[in-house]
Amino acid sequence: MTLELSNIGVSYDGGGTFAVDGVGFAAVEGEMVVLVGESGCGKTTTLKTINRLVEPTRGTVKIDGEDNADRDAVELRRSIGYVFQGIGLFPHLSIADNVGVVPRLLGWEHARIERRVDELLELVRLDPAEVASRMPAELSGGQQQRVGFARALAAGPSLMLLDEPFGALDPITRDGLRSEFSMLQKELRLTAVMVTHDMTEALLLADRIIVMRRGRIVGQGAPSELMHDVGDPYVARLMEWPARQAERLAAMMSDDGQGCE
Amino acid sequence: MSNLADRFAELPDLLAGHLLLSVSALAIGIAISVPLGIAASRRPRLRRAALGIAGLIQTVPSMALLALMVPLLGGMIGFVPAFIALTLYSMLPVLAGTVTGILEIDPTMTEAARGVGMTDRQSLLLVELPLAAPVIIAGIRTATVWVVGMATLSTPVGAPSLGNYIFLGLQTRNWLAVVFGCFFAALLAVVLDRLILLIERAARRRSPRLAWAAAIGLVVIIAGGLLPAAVRWAPDPGATVTSGPRGDGEPTPSEHQLAGRELAIGSKGFTEQYILAELLGLELESAGAMVVKRPNMGSTILFDALRSNTVQVSVDYSGTIWAAIMNRPRPIGRAEMLIEVADWLEREHGVITVGPLGFENSYALAMRRDRAAELGIVGIADLSPLAPRLTIAGDPEFFGRPEWTRVRDIYGLDGARTRGMDSTFMYGAVRDGAVDLITAYSTDGRIDAFGLEVLRDPEQAFPPYDAVLLLSPEAARDRQLRVTLQPLVNAIPNHLMRSANRDVDVDGISVEEAARRLRDRIASSRR
Repeated sequence: MTLELSNIGVSYDGGGTFAVDGVGFAAVEGEMVVLVGESGCGKTTTLKTINRLVEPTRGTVKIDGEDNADRDAVELRRSIGYVFQGIGLFPHLSIADNVGVVPRLLGWEHARIERRVDELLELVRLDPAEVASRMPAELSGGQQQRVGFARALAAGPSLMLLDEPFGALDPITRDGLRSEFSMLQKELRLTAVMVTHDMTEALLLADRIIVMRRGRIVGQGAPSELMHDVGDPYVARLMEWPARQAERLAAMMSDDGQGCE
Repeated sequence: MSNLADRFAELPDLLAGHLLLSVSALAIGIAISVPLGIAASRRPRLRRAALGIAGLIQTVPSMALLALMVPLLGGMIGFVPAFIALTLYSMLPVLAGTVTGILEIDPTMTEAARGVGMTDRQSLLLVELPLAAPVIIAGIRTATVWVVGMATLSTPVGAPSLGNYIFLGLQTRNWLAVVFGCFFAALLAVVLDRLILLIERAARRRSPRLAWAAAIGLVVIIAGGLLPAAVRWAPDPGATVTSGPRGDGEPTPSEHQLAGRELAIGSKGFTEQYILAELLGLELESAGAMVVKRPNMGSTILFDALRSNTVQVSVDYSGTIWAAIMNRPRPIGRAEMLIEVADWLEREHGVITVGPLGFENSYALAMRRDRAAELGIVGIADLSPLAPRLTIAGDPEFFGRPEWTRVRDIYGLDGARTRGMDSTFMYGAVRDGAVDLITAYSTDGRIDAFGLEVLRDPEQAFPPYDAVLLLSPEAARDRQLRVTLQPLVNAIPNHLMRSANRDVDVDGISVEEAARRLRDRIASSRR
């Protein structure tokens, strides 16, 4: 599964100003592309053009060479897994119904949906017998986001979009879930595009990082490339922060025993 | 106690009428408002227009909204105008609940719905409506309580409801009847409200057990309420056998003459009219007819109903028709007025006058006898110099009538203050000195009972008010009906009517019993 965005522009005022301007990148099968930048830089808007939650004003998005604009938007979205910012489970539906929502829209048989739901809950390390019939509000934040992943994977997509998927979680839960997801993504050979404002997270998960600022791409490359070879001063500043954090932590470790003051 | 028994006897019919009216108005109101609310939640301009209009309807006093439906529907009375008014009235809370419920949904939910690949329709049905449901249901519950309460006001437009108890009780000082009507209306509102709550809970918890309980409850209530109506409409082979006395050897020429006829008797909202409607009912039922009563109508509404064949029989007063329906400014002599009114009714509307009943119930100015003696007042003309210090109470209809203008101008009563109040209360008000004068009805039993004096009217400013028995154009073609009613013509002299009124208003006897007594008295005075 390959994804290709070329020269994407999004304008909400009929072409006067662009929230996203001239954005283009590609992702190959099994690759994890992470879009980073401050709030309002256009990263989430760019993500939403991929499943046409936002229609690009110009430019094209192609999946396996086929232009998205030629496909039915509803059918397109059902074929792409989407993990929402703030989790976004439907509060009036049980966990099983939340996970099974896309298969149901696709008209799967009842028994097949049930099997699939159990399989997915196990995949995200939840006990189907325990959680399937419960309501989202009865689960912890981490459990809810596991359900969110299960829902995104339900129809067996080969492309996943993730909008700040770990943003609503506490640091410890976030860390565990991150590495689990990373393993899962590699195992299922999913092509994935993730949005985050957390540079550390981007460095930990990404095969390739795309840095955006004011609607444009200001730098891209593998984590190691960006760490060492920085062209743009804004990107350099962004990279300084996790690097300095790592240095401080290392210093503290070597001080040994003095810990936090 | 016979009073309470009479109230209970009417309960199934009135409860059925009330339930049918409220439930159908609510059902249609919801069927319109929810889809309209959904559409309005997506279109700001439609939203403003729909909520604006529904809000405007709500500001019309409910009684006025009901009354306005009658002329708007060309004089139609009964179920339809009440149903339309109640439907309109139910719309605002449901509409507002639907719009608010949908607009208040967290936008991430609608985006999630789109994001997983729902169509607009699926997003609405699977996500937005379920999430908005609690607010929509709250709106429906508000509408239910409003509509059940407002349905009590549909009595004056001729739709039978639990309001019949309240209006009758108010007019005949029968507070038991008022409490009775309020109690059952409140009970009905509470039961329907609980039931909706149960349905909501069943839906939210996806509990088939609760859903069944709610469905059974709803069916039981509606079926139970409508059963009496269904029984009444079903062909009843026993009806002709059981009605009227049989085999007593006495020839009863009127018996069964009207078998199979269904007749509606209309009446206005005061004691005398209730008694006369009851009396007419007794006569017609003993002739085998099925009788429906439409009490508590205003004068013009009643006339419209008669003219349009919605009711078949009513009793009106020559002076009322002369002034309020024919719009003649100046009264004429009693006998001429009877003839002219009858001619005009037939010529203009095809309404037939069977004849005068024999008594006159005119408006008259009355005051306390001791007060009149103290001030040296004998006739209305004596009031003129005192006018600025006087307060006159009358039914709200009276001060809008041409008769009042005439009396005021002829006797120079310009300075007097007028106070509209329900006729039930004005006799007590003048007795207790709260007002100086009232526009009494000359047949009212309380004139004697409360020590009131009717002031002389030498200028004949008040027109004559002979009670006349009227038939609608269709009913007029029914010769048997005319024959059945003919014996009532000139059969009720003034003193019989006044004592019947007194039975109810002063002695607290039920309308039904008073009508039976009046019927007996008519029969014995004939012998």
